[in-house]
Amino acid sequence: MKEETIPVTKETVIGETAKIKIEGYRFVTMTCVELDENQVDVIYHFDENLQLKHFRLTVSKDTLIPSISVVYQSAFLVENEIQDLFGIHFDNLFIDYRRTLYLGGETIAAPFCKFTVKRTDKSAPAAVQAET
Amino acid sequence: MSKTIIPFGPQHPVLPEPLHLKLTVEDEVVTEVIPALGFVHRGLEKLSEIRDFHQMVQVVERVCGICSVIHAMCYCHGIEEMMGIEVPPRAKFLRVIWSELHRMQSHLLWLGLFADSFGFEALFMQFWKIREKVMDISESTTGNRVIVSVNVVGGVRRDLNSEQISWILTLLKEIEQEISALKKTLLTDYTVTKRTVGKGVLTKHQAYGIGTVGPVLRGSGVVQDTRTLGYAAFNELNFEPVVESDGDCYARTKVRFRETLQSIDLIRQAMSKIPNGEINVKVKGKPQGEVVSRVEQPRGELLYYIKADGNKNLDRLRIRTPTFANIPAILTMLPGMYLSDVPVIVLSIDPCISCTER
Amino acid sequence: MFKKLIRNSRMKSPWLLHFDCGSCNGCDIEVLACLTPVYDVERFGIINVGNPMHADLFLVTGTVNSRNSMVLRNLYEQMPNPKIVVAIGSCGLSGGIFREAYNVVGGVDKIIPVDVYVPGCPAKPEAIIDGVVTGLQKYDRIVN
Ligand code: SF4
Repeated sequence: MKEETIPVTKETVIGETAKIKIEGYRFVTMTCVELDENQVDVIYHFDENLQLKHFRLTVSKDTLIPSISVVYQSAFLVENEIQDLFGIHFDNLFIDYRRTLYLGGETIAAPFCKFTVKRTDKSAPAAVQAET
Repeated sequence: MSKTIIPFGPQHPVLPEPLHLKLTVEDEVVTEVIPALGFVHRGLEKLSEIRDFHQMVQVVERVCGICSVIHAMCYCHGIEEMMGIEVPPRAKFLRVIWSELHRMQSHLLWLGLFADSFGFEALFMQFWKIREKVMDISESTTGNRVIVSVNVVGGVRRDLNSEQISWILTLLKEIEQEISALKKTLLTDYTVTKRTVGKGVLTKHQAYGIGTVGPVLRGSGVVQDTRTLGYAAFNELNFEPVVESDGDCYARTKVRFRETLQSIDLIRQAMSKIPNGEINVKVKGKPQGEVVSRVEQPRGELLYYIKADGNKNLDRLRIRTPTFANIPAILTMLPGMYLSDVPVIVLSIDPCISCTER
Repeated sequence: MFKKLIRNSRMKSPWLLHFDCGSCNGCDIEVLACLTPVYDVERFGIINVGNPMHADLFLVTGTVNSRNSMVLRNLYEQMPNPKIVVAIGSCGLSGGIFREAYNVVGGVDKIIPVDVYVPGCPAKPEAIIDGVVTGLQKYDRIVN
């Protein structure tokens, strides 16, 4: 990415976010990218006056990531989405849907992880039967 | 008075799409809102692993049928930036023309639906009648009404000839007159002002703090329009972001109304400045790298994050759509409002659920 | 005579219910466009209602996913007999472009019986009106 990217850790992410909020940045969104079997990148995007700034947090999948919804409340939605799609957990969420924002209990776990994903054409009809 | 929980949706007459809200109501006044999503979730970001990066243009167009051109444009910008492709100038102007046409039809659609949400059916029909003229333009220039598939990586697929341009200009004149004739009704009628003025107020500070985008943000007095970044040919056109300061439903209506007229102006400017030449370039190679691309949709800022590692399939495609950023605004606006105002306020952010959930 | 009255009023003024289950909005908006002045299905006496218990025709757009399949079945079961289901758009027919996505079950006919299929991505308003009229003919046959 051509914009400035700051590496953060699990411990510093809240502090850095609070700092950037005071500087007047607006929370844009977060992106989760799977790197390999047990690591993911969580990228935070912020914007001030159309200038983007990113944080990059590289963690293993079983880490409990502190939620930045304590700083930017509106982050709860995207954090829930990442919880759903990647099976990662966030601590201290403003509203925690417990992995039911998009997916019901019967659907495959963590569909966006390449390394755990099952073939969709098999699992999808099974999901219907589970419901009926 | 005790608390009652009222479910709003998923099948609700004013919403064309399934959005579900759990409203906690205390004596007709809403105290708490919890949104529930997932009725339209398809998981199409994941399709990037099956389709190659050219085919994905058609997939991302179907994130949302209302602003499909702009989705495709954002995606193409990202891939082009990654691969270092320089799009021919004529293609840039054509992209502006089609994307502004889409913004117009989207705003007209919303103005109609919004009028319908407080029962002003005549106005709804009027706006949709005007919208059909815009649809005619898309149909005759691209071959389809809603999902037009004009963008490809490296340029556009279709060209406009001078006959078409002059025909569009005459039609735009008619459209402009018809829209202006509705201005008085939309902005001063008792029915409209009674239902919108002072409803769902979002202060400048709040709107910025919860990260809203587009007309919601501009309706609260923040000057922010991604088009001012000057992507496509917007750097060669003359325009100012439309801003209102009141932050209520009425201000948002005004922003969208004025933007519709602004789009007409932008199309005219683009048509007068359009250069001759090629409309696309040949694409060689595979994308590689990481890029963030942003454009302005009718509903606000749209962000694509694309990561590729030199294969024909992308590694990760992430779409942050404007409604996703605007949903927290519902949570802030609704508490303290009457239950009967809920449909109007929810609609005032122009929710597009299929965008949100993808 | 009373029977004839009911039959006539059913045929002359069918009420329709529209449900968007996971469509991309393209088809959805085209269905709405049918109700507006340029296409105006109201000239056939068709009225869009929000309540499934009032409806004779059921227009479904979009793909079915695991969460909205329940809602879809629910709405279908609430509709009184006889009823006609019209599936609209490639998505409603087979899943369309999203067929391979993980959260998509497939076409509408995996969940409820469909009478008329309207293809297109998005289906044009003319095609939708045609589908509705075809559905009405079938309806006529069922009623008698
Ligand atoms: S058929 Fe096409 S236009 Fe209709 S809902 Fe599906 S993707 Fe959208």
